[in-house]
Amino acid sequence: MDDQLKYGLAILAIVLLFALPFFVNPSAKFGGADDAGSRAIQTQQPGYVRWILPLWTPPPETESMLFALQAALGALVIGYFIGYEKARSDISKIKEGPHDKVNNGPEGKDKRKD
Amino acid sequence: MHIMEGFLPPFWCVFWYALSAPFVIYGAMQVGKLFKEHPERKLIMAVCGAFIFVLSSLKLPSVSGSSSHPTGTGLSAMLFGFTVTSLLSTIVLIFQALLMAHGGITTLGADVFSMGIVGPAVGFYAFLLMRKFKFGLGPTAFTAAVLADWATYLVTSMQLALAFPGASLWQSFSVFAGIFAITQVPIAIGEGVLIWIFFDFLSKSRPKLLAECLGGK
Repeated sequence: MDDQLKYGLAILAIVLLFALPFFVNPSAKFGGADDAGSRAIQTQQPGYVRWILPLWTPPPETESMLFALQAALGALVIGYFIGYEKARSDISKIKEGPHDKVNNGPEGKDKRKD
Repeated sequence: MHIMEGFLPPFWCVFWYALSAPFVIYGAMQVGKLFKEHPERKLIMAVCGAFIFVLSSLKLPSVSGSSSHPTGTGLSAMLFGFTVTSLLSTIVLIFQALLMAHGGITTLGADVFSMGIVGPAVGFYAFLLMRKFKFGLGPTAFTAAVLADWATYLVTSMQLALAFPGASLWQSFSVFAGIFAITQVPIAIGEGVLIWIFFDFLSKSRPKLLAECLGGK
């Protein structure tokens, strides 16, 4: 199968996997498991008091901005790498010359470097 | 898997710090050595860190009716081993603890232990084992990434159960695992598919570098 089609289908499968919950469980609140875990501590040990609070808690808007920033920084690096690889493979194709040439000479052979 | 600030008693705070620190320090030494010996792998390592950044920021809905985030540590564990992954995870966890009040400084040791050490170690050894039995690179990368993610949340459940055993350790573990491990199943699978895509891409784009990183594994 063509790689692009394969990756496209795989990404579609991921999207469906995370859209499915809203159809299976439409009335659910989808609260964070991390928060649910913290609440469960109170049922396991009622009366437990946090002995220290976060130094700084961002307002909700700032928090979502920081999460988006975190994802954007990561995506920037991944996108840079994928673009870099695409250009590298395009350049090596140009250097190799058109594939219909029979006589490439010794230098024309596999110049691709990894 | 983030245990929120102040939710681990001081004893467990110290305990998990002590257990995690050697791995992170060793990981930092490994990164320094790798940068000196194989500077051409810096970019791939940055990409591995970037996967942890992106995936650990995404809170995804699960069929269980709650939301949780993947860890993204599988890729780094397979390519660079789990101690390097410990260092990369620590960076992300500090960022989240200080800026987002997600996780905490007193719980950092425990969070690093689950997300940065045991999860990646499980992924790493699953990867080695499957390669040994000649499974293809695709299914192996998928399985290792899924297990690295899922193991992280099992460890978090165990850490909370140890700190708050309630009636019994097992009962407490089942309460916390009921929250974390079940939510995580579809999320880990989604993460596995994504890492498989990237691994497949890497095997075509940089076959030599990938082979060197895997070093005959």
